[in-house]
Amino acid sequence: MTEHREQTVVADAIDRLIDSYPPATTEAKVFWGAQFDAGLAWVDFPEGHGGLGVSPKHREMVQRHLVEADAPTWNRTANVLGIGMGAGVLAAHGTDEQRMRWLRPMFTMDDIWCQLFSEPGAGSDVAGLSTRAERDGDEWIVNGQKVWTTLAHLAKWGLLVTRTDPDQPKHKGMTYFVVDMEAEGVEILPLYQITGEAEFNEVFFSDTRIPDDQRIDDVGAGWRVAMTTLMNERVAIGGNPVPRNHGAIGVAMDTWASSGTGDQATRRELVRLWGEVEAMRLTTLRASENMKAGVPGPEGSTGKLAWADLNKEVTSFTVSMLGLEGATIPEGYALEATTYDTREIERVMSPQRHFLRSRANSIEGGTSEIMRNILGERVLGLPGEPRVDKDLPWKEVPRG
Amino acid sequence: MDSSPSFTRTEEQIMLARTVRELLETHSDPDDIREMSLTLDAFDRDTWRNLAEMGVIGLHVPEVYGGAGYGFVEMAVVFEELGRRVTPVPLVSSFVASTAILAAATEEQRSSLLPSVASGDVVATLAVFEDAHGQPGDSMTTTATRRDGGWVLTGSKRFVTDAPVADLFIVAANVDGGVGLFAVSVDNEGVSVEPVPSLDGTRPLGTVTLSAAPLGTDAYLGGQPSPNAIREALDAGVVALAQEQVGGAQRCLEMSVEYAQSRYQFGRAIGSFQAIKHMCANMLVAVEHAKSVAWHAARSLDDPEEALIAVPLAKSVCSDAYLLVAGDAIQIHGGIGFTWEHDAHLYFKRAKSTSLLFGSLGAYRDRLGDALGA
Ligand SMILES: Cc1cc2nc3c(=O)[nH]c(=O)nc-3n(C[C@H](O)[C@H](O)[C@H](O)COP(=O)(O)OP(=O)(O)OC[C@H]3O[C@@H](n4cnc5c(N)ncnc54)[C@H](O)[C@@H]3O)c2cc1C
Repeated sequence: MTEHREQTVVADAIDRLIDSYPPATTEAKVFWGAQFDAGLAWVDFPEGHGGLGVSPKHREMVQRHLVEADAPTWNRTANVLGIGMGAGVLAAHGTDEQRMRWLRPMFTMDDIWCQLFSEPGAGSDVAGLSTRAERDGDEWIVNGQKVWTTLAHLAKWGLLVTRTDPDQPKHKGMTYFVVDMEAEGVEILPLYQITGEAEFNEVFFSDTRIPDDQRIDDVGAGWRVAMTTLMNERVAIGGNPVPRNHGAIGVAMDTWASSGTGDQATRRELVRLWGEVEAMRLTTLRASENMKAGVPGPEGSTGKLAWADLNKEVTSFTVSMLGLEGATIPEGYALEATTYDTREIERVMSPQRHFLRSRANSIEGGTSEIMRNILGERVLGLPGEPRVDKDLPWKEVPRG
Repeated sequence: MDSSPSFTRTEEQIMLARTVRELLETHSDPDDIREMSLTLDAFDRDTWRNLAEMGVIGLHVPEVYGGAGYGFVEMAVVFEELGRRVTPVPLVSSFVASTAILAAATEEQRSSLLPSVASGDVVATLAVFEDAHGQPGDSMTTTATRRDGGWVLTGSKRFVTDAPVADLFIVAANVDGGVGLFAVSVDNEGVSVEPVPSLDGTRPLGTVTLSAAPLGTDAYLGGQPSPNAIREALDAGVVALAQEQVGGAQRCLEMSVEYAQSRYQFGRAIGSFQAIKHMCANMLVAVEHAKSVAWHAARSLDDPEEALIAVPLAKSVCSDAYLLVAGDAIQIHGGIGFTWEHDAHLYFKRAKSTSLLFGSLGAYRDRLGDALGA
């Protein structure tokens, strides 16, 4: 299809969807189902799998039109690991049957997904993981522990990377599965974070059985699939154009306005930060323009790192602007699992809590140190570090 | 205004950048630049002539006044390349002065002043600051008084960019209860220029003293006070400097990465050390952010409402970015980066002095705060 033709196809599909399912009177899940069936979930996916088989650059248009039509877009973060990452993995590495089975309920939020990568012994170095999967006929038997698994407590499905061949070097002996979080032998324990909530969990596998038709891609291809996952994740974090004053910086501006101190040094610092955040926002816009024009550059890779640093700085500054109020935390602390109702979260999240939560920004989805390695090596072409573990069989690599 | 002209450059703009870059790389030698930076009147006249022949000096000046009639975005491309090479040519000064003339002057004055500025035959510059901290207009002492149907100007303008090489000054003076602009030739009676050693040897500074300088009636641009013209010209200057800052910062990053790949210590390229690699990654973020705001400012100059935000934003972000990147470039080069022989100091000096020109960072942040209603 020509670019113009694609645009027409997508635009028509949007019009039909909104005509047949007026957002104002359609229940969210019904709308999402219809959106999926119309091929407007991920337009670049094949027809019948939530897409129209057009270029991914039309995603932005879909999003824009749906927002304008007041379509239900709220609360999608509760399934960000599915919609933002799992879907891309299934599109790139899944079979038709797997896509038919999982994509629609994922998109309608009937099934929540989680990502089971990190382990106590394998965080940044996720390729060092040791959760074992052993073949048993048409099934695999899984034993091991995952940690910091966001949303595991609400999830139906998990994206799981395991070690299937300990004699191979670490990047080679891994295999990727979709695991049923309700299966026997899966134990999920909340892990409380510095805010008191538990967004994430510890997940234990004890002789958990996974049917072979839930394996993604080939045996031993786990690293390749994991890389697709992480790439989707880093785009999902900090890669999306947002409106001016979105998020923490908007809260900072409001906090300044209501503080009424008028202190010039504070105001200048606030404005400096506003400028840095705006520069990041404009960079995201520039990146998506260049992407659309087919000339992607380094501007597309800086978002995650910049966002983590700035979000920490801005939220900390906001708490300072509160004066002694900043020494309190309105919600108090309570150890409880997160519900992931984002409308609720946005309503009640205090600057103090946002400040605490922001410390995770430079850890989750790849630490800022790892991001700097990636920018330095893959974008700027600087040499990698000497690696002691690269060619050793996984079982001989030192751990701790 | 995210939908105004795109961030993506047109074929023509890419060609223009390439042509200017080639010109500078073949005609403007870093050794010569260093040499010139030891003088008080650095000016690479050959390059200036070449730029003039390419029609670049009056790129933004309307065709009726002898320019090429392009938009500011094209001019921005040129400034980025100049910033990358730090060749001493007074294009920012000339651009600011011609913007002031366009904003304040009558049709007749434009027609008489602009063609020679656009052709590069006359180097013009804006002379508005009188002390190190004041804003233009603040407690200004330079005064114009009427005499014999003409004017007499008395006062002193400091920190005038490219003053030692300029032929024409656009001078702000108290007049008619406001601030007006006057076109004053360097050859005019009562005008003297004292070069002042500049931190950035590639952009000369000077003090222009007017000792009862007699001027004709037509020297008074527009024949009335024009404070907005000064603001407009300085804003254009800040945006021009932002492009230079981007070009310079990008060059510093490239130099640093090249060096980090080729310099070996402890048996490894220093770029494989994370302390160095991570510095480079931070520089990359700063450079990419600076590009976004500088280009956004360039495309916003024709949109008064967005310019209120985009101009001080460019000053704030690009100044800090260039300072960070130019400073880190010295660090990454180690001892050699601290030598006169190396280019790093040219950029470092540029970075610092540029952040101070046309108004302080604090003043622009105050303006940005005003624009945001903070
Ligand atoms: C809120 C939150 C949610 C998360 N959700 C999930 C999830 O849903 N699923 C999942 O699988 N994981 C999740 N994680 C885990 C996250 O991906 C890891 O915490 C992260 O990758 C870092 O691993 P680590 O904690 O083991 O730290 P380590 O890798 O042990 O790092 C410790 C420190 O060493 C530094 N370091 C490590 N290696 C290098 C290196 N090569 N160069 C320089 N410095 C280095 C790190 O930057 C860090 O500062 C989540 C984490 C958080 C905080």
